[in-house]
Amino acid sequence: MNTDNYEALKTIIKIYLPEDVSVDDITPNSHLINELNINSANLVDVVLDVEDHFDITIEDDEIEKMDTVASALEIIGQKVN
Amino acid sequence: MKKRVVVTGLGVCAPNGVGIPAFTKSIKEGISGIQFRQELADLNFGCQIAGQPQIPEDLLSSYFTPLQLRDLEATGIVYGMIAGVDAWKDAGLTVTDKETVDYDSGIIFGTSLLGAEKFRKAIYLTDEGKVKRLGSTTVIQTMASGISAYLGGYLGCGNQVTTNSSACTTGTESILMGYERIANGQAIRMLVGGCNDSGPYIWGGFDAMRVLNKKHNDQPELGSRPMQSDAGGFVPGSGAGALVLESLESAIAREATIYAEILGGAVNSGGQRQAGSMTAPNSVAVQRCIKDALQYANVHPDSIDTINGHLTATGMCPTEVKNWSEALGRAGKDFPYINSLKSMTGHCLAAAGSIESVATVLELSEGMVFGNVNCDDIHEDILTIVDQERIPNKTIHTEIKVAAKASFGFGDVNCCILLKKYDI
Repeated sequence: MNTDNYEALKTIIKIYLPEDVSVDDITPNSHLINELNINSANLVDVVLDVEDHFDITIEDDEIEKMDTVASALEIIGQKVN
Repeated sequence: MKKRVVVTGLGVCAPNGVGIPAFTKSIKEGISGIQFRQELADLNFGCQIAGQPQIPEDLLSSYFTPLQLRDLEATGIVYGMIAGVDAWKDAGLTVTDKETVDYDSGIIFGTSLLGAEKFRKAIYLTDEGKVKRLGSTTVIQTMASGISAYLGGYLGCGNQVTTNSSACTTGTESILMGYERIANGQAIRMLVGGCNDSGPYIWGGFDAMRVLNKKHNDQPELGSRPMQSDAGGFVPGSGAGALVLESLESAIAREATIYAEILGGAVNSGGQRQAGSMTAPNSVAVQRCIKDALQYANVHPDSIDTINGHLTATGMCPTEVKNWSEALGRAGKDFPYINSLKSMTGHCLAAAGSIESVATVLELSEGMVFGNVNCDDIHEDILTIVDQERIPNKTIHTEIKVAAKASFGFGDVNCCILLKKYDI
């Protein structure tokens, strides 16, 4: 796992966390909606932020696979390399 | 048996005052919120002055989460949230916890066009083929009911949560709608009011219709001139006003401060028939609306102490005063006091009726009639109906028992409500 990408993703996700979830609760295995309680409507905003930060484009079918922190990192990793 | 309905909370985000203390001071002292707007001049507007609430940046974090603030561009939502949340807190009410829904409390918060700036950006992105870039907040900031949705989520209200829209009648109509819901026993508390966005995309259409004042760009505070002989157009405004309405029994049970009682009112349309049109009121319907409001509220015309008029300064003010006079059967020195808040705020459009109703409630609770500003040359057609002393140009401190408030809007729609100083 690319540590730089992981830290960058955590920073992106942070603002979308509800009040009762801390950034320290994020682990590579965290499910974005079920465990981190990110509002599903906000997932599209997370994707936009990821695209802006890493200067990549994420396709619709890839968004569907981005359900955990790890799967998001995997897609980011493929695109950045 | 209808339930009695009282006002237990007030909030305002007006061009001449954000928050009740600042607003109260402004209306008492005749402080104008009209300013020159460079952006309007840069865009070749005829009218380059407007009323826009001045919001300190650090104020917003009390009303919005950091995520909500990040791309918040709907000024109407900003104003409506400040006024609405303030009113709720002023009423001594609390925000529910995450697991609790307050099914006894609802929201009717009106607007005209919401999130114009946000919609503009969305249109550009869409036309560039970048629809994905719209993100998740374009819809909630541009749907008319965005304001009631933001408020509902903040407060946890579970009764009716909706947005009404009837042009410049909106703000007053929301009060009547909330009143009826409580009077009929369908809700215990209703947060009511209206908000309106600021900015060139909101005001431009009025500039194009040539209904705005273009003559005071270098003297903004003199620009809004309701009832004056030289009134030649209104000054566009924006903002929000909010009231917490509550059943009297609930207000007493929780020992809430009671600002005033709402006696009810009437709403109608002139049908765009007779002399009425899309943009001009049918005077027959206006008078009928006022009379219907009196009848519903069981108020004798002679007991009205003051009128907070619609009085925009487009040149229709003499007609409005005539309508009041004929509907009430009162004239000369016997006419109630009459004033127009728009002389200080401009015409705040969908928010106008709510901001002006907040001012009316303050008149009742504080025992005053606020003075009109820019009021030294009253139109001769008005002076043939009303004695000049009934149109104060300085605030008068006197007990006010019954006040009438009316708003009229495009589409030939009218609303009149009656408010009373609370006594047991």
